[in-house]
Amino acid sequence: MMEQIVFYLFAFLIVVSALAVVSLRNIFHCALFLILCLFCVAGIYVLLYAEFIAVVQILLYVGAVSVLIIFAIMLTSQLAGRHAAMTNEQTFLGAFLSLVMLFGIVYALTNTFFRMSDQGLPQKSSFEIGRLLMTTFVLPFELVSVLLLAALVGAIVIARREGT
Amino acid sequence: MQLMHYLTLAAILFSIGFYGLITRRNAIAILMSLELMFNAVNINLVAFNRFVTPTEFIGQVFAIFVIVVAAAEATVGLAIVILVYRNWRSIDADRVNLMKW
Amino acid sequence: MLDNIFIIPSLPLVAFILIIFFTRWKEKLSAGLSIAAIGIGWVLSLVVMAQVLAFHGEHPLHIEQAFTVIDYPGFHLEMGTLLDPLTAMMLIVVTTVSFMVQVYSLGYMHGDPRFSRYYAYLSLFTFSMLGLVVANNFFLIFIFWELVGLTSYFLIGFWFEKKSASDAGKKAFITTKIGDLGFLVGLMMMGMFLGTFNYAEVFAKIEAGVVSGGLLTAMAILIFCGAVGKSAQFPLHVWLPDAMEGPTPVSALIHAATMVAAGVFLVARTMAVFAAAPAAAMTVAWIGLITAFMAASIALVQNDIKRILAYSTLSQLGYMMMALGLGSFTAGTFHLMTHAFFKALLFLGAGSVIHAVHTNDIQEMGGLSTKMKTTMLTFIIASLSIAGIPPLSGFWSKDEIITAASHKPFFMIVALGVAFMTAFYMFRLCFLTFFGKPRDDERHHHAHESPRSMTFPLVFLAVLSICAGWVGIPWLSHGYASAIVTFNGHPHHAEPNVLLMLASTVVALSGIGLAYLMYYKGTISPAAMGQRFKPIYTLLYNKYYIDEIYDAVIIRPTYALARFLWSFDATVIDGLVNFHGDFTVWLSTVKEWFDTHIVDGLVNGLGIVTGAASSGLRLVQTGRLAHYLLAILLGMVVLMLVAGANLLNWALVLVGIR
Repeated sequence: MMEQIVFYLFAFLIVVSALAVVSLRNIFHCALFLILCLFCVAGIYVLLYAEFIAVVQILLYVGAVSVLIIFAIMLTSQLAGRHAAMTNEQTFLGAFLSLVMLFGIVYALTNTFFRMSDQGLPQKSSFEIGRLLMTTFVLPFELVSVLLLAALVGAIVIARREGT
Repeated sequence: MQLMHYLTLAAILFSIGFYGLITRRNAIAILMSLELMFNAVNINLVAFNRFVTPTEFIGQVFAIFVIVVAAAEATVGLAIVILVYRNWRSIDADRVNLMKW
Repeated sequence: MLDNIFIIPSLPLVAFILIIFFTRWKEKLSAGLSIAAIGIGWVLSLVVMAQVLAFHGEHPLHIEQAFTVIDYPGFHLEMGTLLDPLTAMMLIVVTTVSFMVQVYSLGYMHGDPRFSRYYAYLSLFTFSMLGLVVANNFFLIFIFWELVGLTSYFLIGFWFEKKSASDAGKKAFITTKIGDLGFLVGLMMMGMFLGTFNYAEVFAKIEAGVVSGGLLTAMAILIFCGAVGKSAQFPLHVWLPDAMEGPTPVSALIHAATMVAAGVFLVARTMAVFAAAPAAAMTVAWIGLITAFMAASIALVQNDIKRILAYSTLSQLGYMMMALGLGSFTAGTFHLMTHAFFKALLFLGAGSVIHAVHTNDIQEMGGLSTKMKTTMLTFIIASLSIAGIPPLSGFWSKDEIITAASHKPFFMIVALGVAFMTAFYMFRLCFLTFFGKPRDDERHHHAHESPRSMTFPLVFLAVLSICAGWVGIPWLSHGYASAIVTFNGHPHHAEPNVLLMLASTVVALSGIGLAYLMYYKGTISPAAMGQRFKPIYTLLYNKYYIDEIYDAVIIRPTYALARFLWSFDATVIDGLVNFHGDFTVWLSTVKEWFDTHIVDGLVNGLGIVTGAASSGLRLVQTGRLAHYLLAILLGMVVLMLVAGANLLNWALVLVGIR
């Protein structure tokens, strides 16, 4: 019961803040609503017995990515002024098609049989995730590290000022 | 709660993110919509993990990877946005059309 | 020689070919070739005649050489020669006169720019005439008939720079052509009904009665039509006076001795036909008589020396025709022979005079006797002969004719009248030309006798004019009459009628006497006579207006018809042709429109469509990310909807259609 209320609360917040992200004029407000959305998604993770993921979400998304976004907004906000149009001309068609896609997905989902497990709830998720990362998924793990390094170097190279 | 609720929630989030992706002019706003889509995917993965294979945490591991890659991608993407801004004094996605006919 | 008489016509033909192709630029050589050819031919004719005269046989001499060209059942055509006494006589006449004329032309035509061509034409003409004479069938004689007409056209219009000369040539050719048309129809009838053209076979069939009555008469008259044209009988006589435009030797040859004689020769040749068709024979006699009278009357008042002689020829030809029509083969052919000699002499003499005084008008002559002795003497001899004064040749032949006419009184009276007129106008001509005071001192002063080449033929022919007739003196037992036997095998022996001889002599002398009084002594004034008989004078002077009648009745309507046909051709036919051309042009403009608009349009359209499509499709590449993403979304949605068919149904339910 409690779970339902919390779920619907988080869900409502997610949807509203997502809508806000895609429709607000002030880009800074959009970023803030994104942070809110990400927070609530973390909450959903918690409901799904994925605590580690929730924390990682907050650490990475809210802590790093969002900050990064806000930095980028700050650095580029001079000309992305309020007088410019916010959306391009595809709004109507995009909205329509997105809705159609939504309906399609939902329909497909409702008509799919998912074999639910009867083995209870996830236990000790952090431990298991750690174990998996070091055994079964050690290769992707290492690759992702390299990827992060590459992204880091790449971002620096791209955004570096000429001559310095 | 049932699997379907989470899946529906993820679908809605995904649609909203896609709408934002194809509609917004500000490049950073497009990246933010992209983040929304990533999150929707993550919710899906974690929900499947919880309801279909609770004992194996593959879904969650996958979600971690998604988060990490999304972060890396956001980094590079924003670096590009800053570079574009530096050259053209504008981050209007509609202005970036040099690959046109 | 008797078997090879085809050599005689071949000689001038060879001369013609050589002159035309090889020696046209060498005048002396050309003349020499031509004269040599005819000279040899003359000698050969004499040989032939000697052999013919020496012939003694049961039947009259009749030698034929022929090769067949077409041999059908019912139709037979061949080419060949026929030798009999008539042929031999004609050979002599033609070769003698031609020979003299060609020698004469050396002097007369001296200095003419087309000297060689003149001799070439003369040779060609001689070949044609000789071929005509030796032919053994009607088809062949028709071929040579036409050739003779053609060459006479060349010769009459020899000085074609003068319009009157070329007109005269045309007139001669066309008028004789009208006669030839009748001849041709007659030939066609002959071929159709008798199936052969050979003389002997035709005569045999007619005697056997294959054709008779009206059909035979029609055939005979049609053949006579050819003779009417060629011998210038009424009504086709109009070309002969105009033909005097040609050089005088030509007039002598063609219009005195040979070509005009061809018609008489034809009638003589076909006497068997006319004998079997009395109506046709009478037609011939009447036409001869009319011609003789009419021509003589016109000659009374003419002033051109050659015209007088031309009408005289017409008149004498009428005489010959009349004789043949009345049944006397002997008389007609005899007169043909004597007439050839003295008429040729008259023409050549006239040529000599013209050469001396450079005019044809006798009113401008006079007193030439002192200047041109030889010409005058020979001319007088010929005039006496034609007038019929014994013992010259003309007397014997004319007397023969009058004797033949004696059993038809009307004919005889008119014939005597014509004899009177003949004597009168001939001596009028002589007196006005040679005697009296010169009417044009300038001309008289420059007049001179002609060169030897011209006077020699005059003398030669004068001798012949005197004695050629002696072969026909009726008291001879083996004279002309028996020698010329060809037809029906019986010598035609007319009893010599001394009364008639006397009558004709008196008539002739009175004619000469009247002319003497009027033109030498001046007792009767010609001008007064002319005034008294003014209407008759005008009628005669204008040749009975026959030329004018023909012009109005035949020539102008023909021109009008030709103009009408021309206008028809120009408007209708040319209109059709032009229309065809215009139509084709229009059609091609249509095709051009089609090609430009539709075909090119298709091709261009292809290009335009491709261009339009590409300029449309390129807009897909906007370079804007948002558009690409929308496209992805759109594709995904479409695939989704299509893949899930009942999804489509569901959508429709949602919308409300189902």
